[in-house]
Amino acid sequence: MLQIDDLQVKLGDKEILKHIDLELRPGETHILFGPNGSGKTSLLMTIMGYPQYRVTGGKIFFKGEDITHMPVDMRARLGIGMSYQRPPTINGVKTRQMIQICSKGNVDADALAEKVNFSEFLERDINAGFSGGEIKRSELLQLMAQCPDLLLFDEPESGVDLENISLIGNTISQLLQRDFKVNSKKTQKNRRKERTRMGLIITHTGFILDYVTADKGQVLYEGVLTCTSHPREIFTCISKVGYEECVRCAI
Amino acid sequence: MRDLEGKALQAKGKKAKLGRDIDLDAYGAESVSHDYMEDLDALSEGDKKRMILTGVDAGEMDRSGTYVQKDTAVIHAHSRHEGLEVIPIREALKESDWVKDYYWNLVAVDTDKYTARAQLELHDGYVIRALAGSKVIYPVQACMYLEKEGLSQNVHNIIVAEEGSELHIITGCATAPHLQRGLHIGVSEFYVKKNAKLSFTMIHYWAEEMMVRARSVGIVEEGGLFLNNYICMKPVKSLQMYPTTHLAGKGAVARFYSLLVGSPGSEMDVGGRIILKETDTRAEIISRAITNGGDIIVRGDLIGEVPGVKAHLECRGLILNKGSIHAIPELQGKVGGVELSHEAAVGRIAQEEILYLMSRGLSEDEATATIVRGFLSVDIPGLPPQLKAEINRAVEQSDKEMM
Ligand SMILES: Nc1ncnc2c1ncn2[C@@H]1O[C@H](COP(=O)(O)OP(=O)(O)O)[C@@H](O)[C@H]1O
Ligand SMILES: [Mg+2]
Repeated sequence: MLQIDDLQVKLGDKEILKHIDLELRPGETHILFGPNGSGKTSLLMTIMGYPQYRVTGGKIFFKGEDITHMPVDMRARLGIGMSYQRPPTINGVKTRQMIQICSKGNVDADALAEKVNFSEFLERDINAGFSGGEIKRSELLQLMAQCPDLLLFDEPESGVDLENISLIGNTISQLLQRDFKVNSKKTQKNRRKERTRMGLIITHTGFILDYVTADKGQVLYEGVLTCTSHPREIFTCISKVGYEECVRCAI
Repeated sequence: MRDLEGKALQAKGKKAKLGRDIDLDAYGAESVSHDYMEDLDALSEGDKKRMILTGVDAGEMDRSGTYVQKDTAVIHAHSRHEGLEVIPIREALKESDWVKDYYWNLVAVDTDKYTARAQLELHDGYVIRALAGSKVIYPVQACMYLEKEGLSQNVHNIIVAEEGSELHIITGCATAPHLQRGLHIGVSEFYVKKNAKLSFTMIHYWAEEMMVRARSVGIVEEGGLFLNNYICMKPVKSLQMYPTTHLAGKGAVARFYSLLVGSPGSEMDVGGRIILKETDTRAEIISRAITNGGDIIVRGDLIGEVPGVKAHLECRGLILNKGSIHAIPELQGKVGGVELSHEAAVGRIAQEEILYLMSRGLSEDEATATIVRGFLSVDIPGLPPQLKAEINRAVEQSDKEMM
């Protein structure tokens, strides 16, 4: 379980997250909405443990441990993983090597890459000259190798062309154990009950909702979580009235 | 006849333009005798180990020929390939007339006190030549080994790839494990004839009190290709070299790659200059420098003298926590219609890259090591697999020790 209590975060001198409370139970997936610059990426980076996001108040617990000041690598080992919106290029480090790193050498990189149509990128330097859609597939591939329990997705569908959007959406579904397929041993209800993976997905376009079911939607507005509801309801509301209305709920 | 001796005598005290001045009298130049070895297997295990680190394999696996010089003595020289010659230079100067025309032909004997010394107190060196049309696919290996404490080893090498030939050379310079102080002066002249291909990969493995001055010039004729790779990842007191290549025939290509690792107390001043003198010539100089305490100067100079030439220079430097890197890239277009470019970047490892790898489960140290290894693993096109393997081995060896 992920539990965030009264979290306050500064980036430089700027307060970017204000008194955030959030709870994600095992098996749950939440969708995070919000206009540009509202602090969505900051929230995920803070959960992942990036030190430039300075926690000035509140606490983060994961699997019962206080991880508020835990270094990034320990959080990764505890089971937190992230799909970045703009990951850095690392010259000379191949995609294949990243898969080895994520899986500690325990997966077949070729077989895994095939699943996200990424085989021809295995020998390329990670993120070097990747297009928007290629970055997303590379990030998903790494998460597939890493198998974290809490998956943070930062705008996984932005920059992805129509052809690949269902690939991305379905892959995220599988990663979050939210894909539906007939299983002779288990009913769908049982499969749902046995879900353990947690997901927090930032979406701008809402396209992801066509592929991934979610338990809750939340709106982040100027660093404040203003609204919690059914994700579809929030998305439809924003589509109709825009984020400008959020300001009234923020007060 | 050129008066080499006279010119050298005049330049005896001439300081070099770059690099700290070295007192030559502080190093011995008397010859040190070592027996010739028919079979390199007779080398001591210590020597063999040291040589293998510079890519020179005493077992001669997958090698077309071998030259080994210990201190001032040639202990082994032979070719295993028809159309390939591997001859000690003093013998070659006596017995082959053609060599005289190539000797001090590209490098001026009076360049500075170091070239002068290589003339006045020559301790051999090699002549390696691929005859016209011969394809010497397996590399030729050459090793300059320094065992005698305080010696100045002065060598002169001539490398010729005759018309239409292909030649790959891996050359290692190394010091015996116990050796601390010494001076290595190396003069090299490269001739890449019409449509020939030469790759020359040099791996240096020095000691903490070693001084190194190398003087090398190459010429590439029409349609020729010259790949020049240099790797130095070990401590050295002071290393200075600025190899120059003239692209003198239409369509000639030269590529210089260097990988440098500067340790505390080391001074490296390494450059590369390529002069594009004919149309359609191409050049590339790529260097990667990492320091964890040493001071490194990386120079690069591309000179376009005629229209229709294209060249690129890339210097990347990484300062791990101490030390300095000074990148000095220069471009000189002497006419319109040249296309010269450079990119240079010196910095530390980006925190963002470390954190990215940490979020995939690596510790901070593992992440740093991964980035450093990636930084040094430049793809060098056109090298045979044996040489790629040697370079990878040198890189892996060094980052094990650096971390
Ligand atoms: N490197 C930075 N330096 C200073 N301010 C930043 C930096 N990155 C983001 N910000 C600011 O922090 C706020 C939150 O940004 P972010 O979390 O990226 O928002 P979102 O992901 O919702 O678009 C914004 O006001 C943004 O301008
Ligand atoms: Mg964002």
